[in-house]
This record gives sequence, C-alpha cells and structure tokens, in this order.
Amino acid sequence: MSGHSSYEPKTGFERWMDMRLPVIRMAYDTVLTFPTPKNLNYWWTFGGILALCLGIQIVTGIVLAMHYVPHVDYAFNSVERIMRDVNYGWLIRYMHANGASMFFIAVYIHIFRNLYYGSYKAPREVLWIVGCVIYLLMMATAFMGYVLPWGQMSFHGAVVITNLFGALPIVGPSITTWLWGGFAVDDPTLNRFFSLHYLLPFVIAGCVALHIWALHVPGNNNPTGVNVKSKDDTVPFHPYYTVKDGFAIAVFLLLFGYFVFWNPNILGHADNYIPANPLVTPQHIVPEWYFLPFYAILRALPNKLAGVIAMFGAIATLFVLPWLDTSKVRSMRYRPTIRPYYFIFLLVCLVLGWCGAHSPDDPVIPGVSGFQLGDSDINSYVWLSRIATIYYFVYFWLITPIVGLRETPLPMPESISEPVLSHPAAKAAN
Amino acid sequence: MSDTAVGAHPDPHSDDPNRRDFIHIAAGVAAVGAVGALAWPLIDQMNPAGDTLALASIEFDLTKVQEGQQVVVKWRGKPLFIRYRTPKEIAEAIQGDHADLRDPETDEQRHKPGKAQYLILVGTCTHLGCVPTFGGGEYGGWFCPCHGSVYDTSGRIRKGPAPKNLVVPDYAFLSDTKVKVG
Repeated sequence: MSGHSSYEPKTGFERWMDMRLPVIRMAYDTVLTFPTPKNLNYWWTFGGILALCLGIQIVTGIVLAMHYVPHVDYAFNSVERIMRDVNYGWLIRYMHANGASMFFIAVYIHIFRNLYYGSYKAPREVLWIVGCVIYLLMMATAFMGYVLPWGQMSFHGAVVITNLFGALPIVGPSITTWLWGGFAVDDPTLNRFFSLHYLLPFVIAGCVALHIWALHVPGNNNPTGVNVKSKDDTVPFHPYYTVKDGFAIAVFLLLFGYFVFWNPNILGHADNYIPANPLVTPQHIVPEWYFLPFYAILRALPNKLAGVIAMFGAIATLFVLPWLDTSKVRSMRYRPTIRPYYFIFLLVCLVLGWCGAHSPDDPVIPGVSGFQLGDSDINSYVWLSRIATIYYFVYFWLITPIVGLRETPLPMPESISEPVLSHPAAKAAN
Repeated sequence: MSDTAVGAHPDPHSDDPNRRDFIHIAAGVAAVGAVGALAWPLIDQMNPAGDTLALASIEFDLTKVQEGQQVVVKWRGKPLFIRYRTPKEIAEAIQGDHADLRDPETDEQRHKPGKAQYLILVGTCTHLGCVPTFGGGEYGGWFCPCHGSVYDTSGRIRKGPAPKNLVVPDYAFLSDTKVKVG
C-alpha cells in the first residue's frame, strides 16, 4: 500500500492488469514481500488471528441471518429452530456465539501486547486510534448481537445498556426513547439492532483495511521497539510470517474448537435460554465476560451519571494514550520502572472483570466482615471495584506520564539484529 | 546435534527436498481438508431443514372429491391435483396409450391398480412450473396458461413446449378412501 514496490509483472495478463487495476501488485506488496522485522514473537500473531475471527463472524453471521427472524414473537424460536432443525445450524450458531468470545480474547491480547511494547507511540498513533475505533465497534456489534436471540439476558441486557444513555442530563430520556423506538425495549428495538448488527461488521472490515494501511506506512513495531535500520533487520512477510501466523492460527483454532465442540455454553449464561419476559428480570444479571471490567467500573461509582462517565472514560482514555505516554522508549523490555505498574494494571483489569461477575455487596473474602466504609463493607466487590477503577485511571493519567519523565531506561540495542547476534547462543554457534 | 558426525545429519538449512516437500504437502492437505470440512456445513445449511422435511408428507381423504371433479391441495409448497375421473375420461386416457406420445407412458402406469378413477399428480407444468388449468385444452385434461402446454386426462403431455408428463408423486392408499402422499 505504500513505499517501494518490488513487484514485476511476469505474464502478459499481469502487465495488462497492472496498468489498469494493480490489485495483484497490492497483494504482492502487502502479503508476500512486505518487509517485516525479523524478531516478531508470537504476541504479534494476533493481528492475523483477529482477521480470521472477523472473517468467521461475517461468514457464520450471514448464514444465521438466512434463518433468523427479527421479531419479538419469533426470534427466540427461530434461534431454537437453527439449533434443532437447520442442517449444521447448531455448529454455525455455536461458532458465531463462541467466535465473539474468541474475537475478544484475541483483541485483548492484541491490545495488551501493544501496551507492553509501546506500539501506540509515534509514528503509529493513527494506527492505534483506528484500532480503538475497531474495538468500540466490536463492543457495539457484540452487544447488539447478544440481544438478537431474545432470551432473558438479551432483553434485560438491552434494557440496562440502553438505559445508560438515560443518565445524560436533559437529553437522556429522549435519547433512550429514540434508541428504543417506543416506550421500552420492544420489537422496533430488536429490528434496528438486527439491522445494525448486520451492518457494523462491514464497517469493522473497512476500519481493518485502514488499520492495515496505517500499519504498512511505518511498518511493524517489534519487541525491541527499535526502528528498522536496514534491510538486514527485516524478512519478507511470506513465507516467514505467513507460516508463523498460520501456526498460531492453527493453535488458536484448537482452543476455538474446544469451546465450540466440547463446551459451547460455558461462556454464555443459562438464563438466555429462557424466552425474554419484560415482566421479570433474572435474579443475577451480568453481561458477557468481555464487558465485565467495564461493568465493574460502571457499578463502582455510587452515582448513575458518574458511573456512565467513568465507564466511557475508561475507553476514551485509550484514544489519548499516545499523548499521555511521555517516554521516548517504546518497548517495556528497556523500561524496568514501568514494568511492575504494567503488570499490576493487567492484574487490575482481570480483577475488574472478576468484580463485574459478582454482586457488588458480596464479600470478596467469604466469612470475613470488615468495617463499614461509606455505603458498603470494605470487604465487598464494590470496594474492590473502586480500588481497581482508581488504579485503572491512575495508571494511564498519572503513572504513565510521570514514569516516562522520571525513569532511567536500560540501554537499547543499536538495531534489531544486534541483540540476536550478541546473544551467547549466537556466539557459541559461530 | 553437535556431537554427531556431520555426514550423518546434513545441515538442516540445506534443501532436503523430501522433508520440505512432505511438510508442505502435509500442511497444505490439512488446510484444504479443514476448509472443506468447514465449507460443507455452510453449504448444507441451505438445504431443507428438519422441520421442513417433517412436513413433507400429507394424508388426504378421497371422499372429499366427487366424480368429475378435481381437488387441489398444497404439498411441499406446490399444488397437488387429486382428480376423480369419469369413465369417459378414463376411456379417453386408455385410448391415448396408442397415440404418438412425447413421454410414452400407459394410463395404467399412472394410477394405482384398481383405482383408475383416482389420478394424483403434481400440479406444476413440466415446462417452467406454472399451474395448468383443470379441464382445459383439446384433450380435456389440463391446459397451461403460461406457454400453452396441453395435457390429456392422464396428465400426459400432448402438445406445447413441456417435455414431460405431469409428475405422479410417491403415494400409497392407507385405506379405500385415504391416501398418503410423500
């Protein structure tokens, strides 16, 4: 998509095409010869895995749309018909439902890899922001997709999430009514969610094209964070990374296959196999696992509007991260001061997810009663969420800028090749 | 590896065509196999589903149709002609056995033994699927309004563009007055 092209059309047809629509040149330059740092580790294979996930979701989703009926009276039964009567419908639906979880597992690893190796820093800020847009679109798409089976969790999840917008002052109630197309979540809501759930994956695909474009202008970051200095630092994408990504995809598909074939409902919630009932909310309502950290942040604050602002703020923070990070060193390999804070941040995100799955007032340590602090006992998930939420924001808004200014980074290698060639094993081999 | 003789284990980076070929072909076959295994469910899902197939057979009470009449019911989404033929219509059909037929079949092959009065046919023209009208055409069987195919009282094609006789579906008499179609 950019830079020097080494493609030389060999056949008459290729020359003819190259003068008119150089798609073969584009494919050649982006997939085959693209110069890629030679030291990428397996954390870099998740880009390819994510592209596969998007492909699987689109293909299985188009198939499901052939059988699904977006109407409050038929939606639940049409999903059951897919499970029982449509040929291989069970397989296709389980691939789609678990595919969403696999997609989020991969995207979270992709994001945390990025944070560790500082891939969001100059000159890759736009690449990072496009990635954040994709992540937001993924969340919107996944949420609306979860509503479509019209089970109890679908319905009440839709009620809760659309009511978030009601927290906005003045315009809140009008916005929720506009989202619903009525006085509550009902048939018009289901229809528009289906329409948008079908649309957004293609918007994501468009953003992925921009994401890859923005990647191919500066090229890949790498585990050292050091810029590519010469041709010696890179290898052609094919066969080196097609094979490495291919192997990672095969391993990833094993995990995918485990969920689809052996434990297809473990990541879902049993209550969603009960048809939606607007008159009764399930005892314990939780979102899908991939939203749990944000759900915990939402509930951590005692005020409705503040909770909503914190939740959206947690995502908005990601967009400005390239300007919050004051360190010129990309990779945390050479930033020992920030590294423990990073791993605490990783742990905090998991803790937030764990808190999101529990009732706010349940004790974190069973049988121990602490002291009352404010509205709750200190030994409760709501207080754990509060501590974790504070750390989430402190990490980005205080630790990241301050450590970047005050740390002393380790000496960085001269080039990507240098640490490999100076490694004891490399010397022994020579 | 360092303690083995150089000759016994050639340098792994040199091109040993047999090993390379094996791993390339094995990986390629596995990938093609996996894609094929995944493609089939995605294709087969468009075939009729279990509940659609479950509705594929119907029962019909023949006392509902009077002599000289035809009753049309829906079967597998298409019209099904159930015709109670008059002796005159049966005689004309048997006479037609000796005519120059485009799709030769005797009238006897088109009804159940001893039940010549009941003719059960799929009511779609074998040309392009329109529904022929009862009693139309010069043979008193059916006439297709779309492109002018003419069927006789045995449902055989006699004139017009249709290539085949009206199809006789699989059916069986459950009793003297009851048939199961499909």
